[in-house]
Amino acid sequence: MVPAGTNASRQLLPVIPLAVLFLAAFVLPLAALVLVSLFRDPQFSGLSLVQYLRFISDPFSLKVLSDTLWLGAEVALAALVLAYPLALVYVASGPFMRTLITFLIMLPLLTSTVVRTFAWIVILGRDGIINSAMLSLGLWQAPARLLYTWEGMVLALTQIQLPLMALPVINSLLRLDGNLTRAAEGLGASRARIFLTVILPLTLPGAIAGWLLVFAAAATAFITQTLVGGGRIILMPSYIYQQAVGVQDWPFSAALSLIFTLAVTGIVFAVGALSRRYLRGVDAA
Amino acid sequence: MQRSFIDRLYFGVVGTLTSFGMLLLLAPTLVVLVISFTDGITLKFPPPSWSLRWYVELLQSQEIIAPALTSLKVAAAATILSAVLGGAAALGLARSRLKIARALDALFMSPMVLPAMAFGLSLLLVFNLLGIRLSAATLVLGHTIICVPFVIRMVGASVQQLNPVLITCSLSLGASHWYTFRRITLPLIRRGIVASCFVAFLTSFDNVPVSLFLADARTEVLPIKLWAILEGSLDVRVAAVSGVIVLLTLAGLVCAEIFGGVSRQIGSR
Repeated sequence: MVPAGTNASRQLLPVIPLAVLFLAAFVLPLAALVLVSLFRDPQFSGLSLVQYLRFISDPFSLKVLSDTLWLGAEVALAALVLAYPLALVYVASGPFMRTLITFLIMLPLLTSTVVRTFAWIVILGRDGIINSAMLSLGLWQAPARLLYTWEGMVLALTQIQLPLMALPVINSLLRLDGNLTRAAEGLGASRARIFLTVILPLTLPGAIAGWLLVFAAAATAFITQTLVGGGRIILMPSYIYQQAVGVQDWPFSAALSLIFTLAVTGIVFAVGALSRRYLRGVDAA
Repeated sequence: MQRSFIDRLYFGVVGTLTSFGMLLLLAPTLVVLVISFTDGITLKFPPPSWSLRWYVELLQSQEIIAPALTSLKVAAAATILSAVLGGAAALGLARSRLKIARALDALFMSPMVLPAMAFGLSLLLVFNLLGIRLSAATLVLGHTIICVPFVIRMVGASVQQLNPVLITCSLSLGASHWYTFRRITLPLIRRGIVASCFVAFLTSFDNVPVSLFLADARTEVLPIKLWAILEGSLDVRVAAVSGVIVLLTLAGLVCAEIFGGVSRQIGSR
């Protein structure tokens, strides 16, 4: 540690080892990814944009990308619907309930992804909890197919990513000025109206932050997508893996990764920028 | 009359969704623990009868124990590397107002934004282009990059809270830089370091996207092995592994909570 004011650049000396590591093991590989995506074929003969044209002109590839982005959007919306009530109860309750909710939110964050996904295989499986409950209650005549379906995958991903949504929403609700809701209440607004016209607009930045986190996490969740969605639902992560490791078509898989990366980060930055522009004046989360 | 009905409806909806949300958060972990004690050979729930047979079976499954040990070693190495390099960088960056410091901070945080599959593939490509053979070392390198953002954020937050006057005091009283670092800075940012080590370890231990491309037959790691098992069959041994992981994580959390108040650190991330 150098006392402030001596030499500003000497302070950066301890940063150098990590910066070198990042150049070698992060910047260089990404540059290689871009380079490889520009090769014409897996034998690396000549540069061209053919991999990207191949993606754009292939309806299957385009469908895989749009399905993946749609999955992220759907999961993030479902998580948002569940996170708000949870956050409202959290803010309104005493220390015991707050600790309980915090514990419940942390629990999935700390459990391994494979374990969480495995739990959903047990819940959704043919002999799983939902099927045996419905059969024993006589509501269903035969076990339903829940595993390896789109809906099952959305449900599992919603639970797995819910903490990423709940934390920012709780944080922005905690920062909300209580006088505003009390004023609305005093003026005779119903609870639902207070939520829609006061709480929701003022906590929107937190909700958008959470939505983006869950969107990106759900779209890239390889393990849950392949195990709960099954082999018939092909999404970008498994498509990239299959092209890279299965087919060994490195230029195309590199192009796929870059397109996917640009699509996900592009949406995250665009939504983030739009929300900052239109929500100016609202306390940023 | 009208209003109280709407209010009741509102409380009903919020209450129902909250209960559902809490159940949803808790259920999977409980389900895994319960099913791991089944006596059956399928994942039938509730289990027909109870036993420890899958834990016994697990102890005899070398093909699961070996990847688990690899995962622990890789996670330990990646945690130490990212904590030392990332911690040093966080100390350097936290007080700097230089533009380059901002740029480096953004660079160190970017593995969090980038889909990790793309990073995993890019590492595989660069190692192949440079003729570097995949090994435990290349795996540790990839995991370290993924863990660094957590260290930068958490240690950085601790450094921000540190009062710089304390360091100036220590130096002006004649203590060396090293002594000041050891006796003043380090104890004050200990919580951030412990919390970030905990999160980094879990991140590496749980990592799939990077390991998927960098792990080969000799460096097979646990999550990839479990994924491969589950893709092929619904093996009940995975339940026993999951039970062990859940219990070890909870034990780790208790330890980290005692030494570093981890939940507060993660909550304020």
